[in-house]
Amino acid sequence: MESLLGRYRNLIILVAVLFLQVLGLAVQVKRSGDAENTRLIRRWAVDLVTPFERGLVWAQNSSTNLWHNYFFLRGVRAENRQLKEQIEQMRLEQVRVREDATQAHRLQSLLAFKEQFIAKTVPAQVIGSSGSDLSWSIYIDKGSNAGIAQDMAVITSGGIVGKVLRVYPSTSLVLMINDQSSGVGAMLEKSRLQCVARGTPNGELILDRVMSDEQVIAGENVLSSGGDQIFPKGLPVGTVSRVGPGREMFLSIKVKPAADLSRLEEVLVVTEKQERAPLEAESGGRVRAADILAQRLPSVPQKPAEVAGTSPSGTAASGATGEAATATGEKPQAHDAVPPLTGTGTGVEVVKKAAPKPATGDSGTNAGSRNGAGSSAALKAASAGSSPTPKSASSPAKPVMAPPKPSNAQPTPQPATPDSPH
Amino acid sequence: MPITYTSGEQIEVYRFSIPVTVGAPLLALFLQAFLPRRLPFFSIFDLPLLVTIFFAMARRNPISGLFTGAAIGLVQDMLGPYPIGIYGIAKTVVGYGASSLGAKLDVENVGARFLVTMGFYLVHAAVYFTVARGMVNLTLDWSWSRGILAGLANALLGVGLYFVLDKFKQRT
Repeated sequence: MESLLGRYRNLIILVAVLFLQVLGLAVQVKRSGDAENTRLIRRWAVDLVTPFERGLVWAQNSSTNLWHNYFFLRGVRAENRQLKEQIEQMRLEQVRVREDATQAHRLQSLLAFKEQFIAKTVPAQVIGSSGSDLSWSIYIDKGSNAGIAQDMAVITSGGIVGKVLRVYPSTSLVLMINDQSSGVGAMLEKSRLQCVARGTPNGELILDRVMSDEQVIAGENVLSSGGDQIFPKGLPVGTVSRVGPGREMFLSIKVKPAADLSRLEEVLVVTEKQERAPLEAESGGRVRAADILAQRLPSVPQKPAEVAGTSPSGTAASGATGEAATATGEKPQAHDAVPPLTGTGTGVEVVKKAAPKPATGDSGTNAGSRNGAGSSAALKAASAGSSPTPKSASSPAKPVMAPPKPSNAQPTPQPATPDSPH
Repeated sequence: MPITYTSGEQIEVYRFSIPVTVGAPLLALFLQAFLPRRLPFFSIFDLPLLVTIFFAMARRNPISGLFTGAAIGLVQDMLGPYPIGIYGIAKTVVGYGASSLGAKLDVENVGARFLVTMGFYLVHAAVYFTVARGMVNLTLDWSWSRGILAGLANALLGVGLYFVLDKFKQRT
C-alpha cells in the first residue's frame, strides 16, 4: 500500500488539487451570488495588481498631457476655429432638439409617464482588464470610496459600456455589454422593437430572440429600453451592423457598440438615477387634455339618478370626463380627482401644440439620450400602440382645432413654456 | 552538481530565486491585465500560461509544477468576472503535464519549446472550455482556426520569453 502511494504520489496530489478546485467551483456555481463568497480573496488579487496599473496609467497620462499641453500645440488655432464653427452648428441643432424635447415632455406629462433621469455620475479611468480574451471586463479606478455600488450603469459619451459587477474600496470591476454573461434591455430606435442585447464569447454584441418576421435593417440605432432597471432609457447601445437568418425562427442581428469598447480610457458611472414624471405633470396646476376634450365634446345624456342633486355644469363635466376616460382606456374613477377647470387655456394649448406636429424620432431621441431619458421613445412607444392612451389623444384632436371657447377661457392662450424640463 | 537521471539521460533541474519565483508570475498577470487595454491584439496571448509552462519545464517536478499552475491560475481567476477555479484547474493540468514532460524529454531547444508550448496551449484551452461549459455553463464556441492561430502566437512569444527567463535560472 505504501509503495503504491509512493508510486502514484504525484498523480494522487494532482487529483486532490483538481478535486479541491472543482469542489470550490461547484460551491460558487451553486451559490450563484458568487461575488460575496469570494469577495475577500478577489480583493487581495485586485489589491496586488491594480496599484501597478494605477501607477502606469498615471505615468502614461502625465507624459501624454505634457506632450499635448506644452509641446504638441501645432494646429491648435485651426482646430479652435473649426470647433467654434461646430459649436455654432450645434447651437442651431440644440434649438431644434430642445423644442422637440419640450414637446415630447409635454406629451409624456399628459400620459403620466415616468422616466429615469441620470442625476449624478462619477468619472472614472480605465486601469486594466480581466486579462483574458474569453471575458470582457475592465477595472476602473473608482470604488466604494467614491460612492460606486454594484449594478450601477457605466457609460461614455458615445453610449453604454456595461455595469459594475464587483466593487472594492478604490477599484471596481465592470462587466462590459459584449461579455457573454451580460444582457441589456434594448429597443430599436425606429421600430421600437424591444429586445435584449447580449454579448457573445467572441466579444461581439447581438440582439437576442428577435423573430424573423420583424423588420430590422442594418444601420438602425439600438437604444437602451430601461427594462433592465440598470441603464436609463434612451441611451445609445449601438448600431445594427448585420442582419441575417438565425437559428430556428429568430434573426441573427449583430450590433456595433456605440462606445468603442476596445479602447476605453475614461467612463462615467451613473451613481444616482431619479425616477420622476416630467415637471408639467408634477406641477398639478395643469389639466389633462383628455378632460378638456371631454368637456368640449357633446355631453352624454344624463342618467336620471345623477340628475337629481347635482348641479348641471358639474354633472356635465363629470359625465363627459368619464366618457373620455373610457375612450382613452383609463379607469373612469381616476378622473374624479381631476381638479375643476380653471385655466383651460393652458390645456387647450397643450393639445393644440401636441396634435399637429408629432415629435421626430431622431431629434427627440437625441435629446432624451443626452438627458438620460428617451422622450420621443416614450412618445413613439405610445403611438405604436403600446399604450392605449395616445390614440385617444390624437384622434379627438380634430374638434379641438376649432374649439368653442369656454366662458372662463383666456382670449389669447399663452404659448407653451419653453422652460419645460429636459 | 546534483542532476536527475531519467531514462538514462542527464537532465538538469533548475531553481529560481524567490523574487523571480514570485515576481515573474505577478508581472505576467499584471501585463496580461494591463496590456490588452492598450494593445487589443495582446488579448490573444496568455502570459500566465507561458510562465507556468516555463517554470514547470525548468523545475521538472510535477508537484511543484502543478502547484505553480494552480496558484497562477487561481490569481488569474480572481481578476476575472467568472467563478474562481476555471483557470486554476486548466493551469494545474498544464503545470503537471509540462513538468512531467520536462522530466522525460529535453525541452531546452527552441523547436521542442515551440511544440510543447503550442501543445499545452491547446490542452489548456480544452480543459478551460470543458470546465467553463460543463460546470459554469458559459456558452463558449470552440474555433479550431482561432485556437491554432492563438497557439502559434503564444508558442512564438513563449520561445522569446523563455529565452529571457533562462537568464534567471540557477542550477541546483
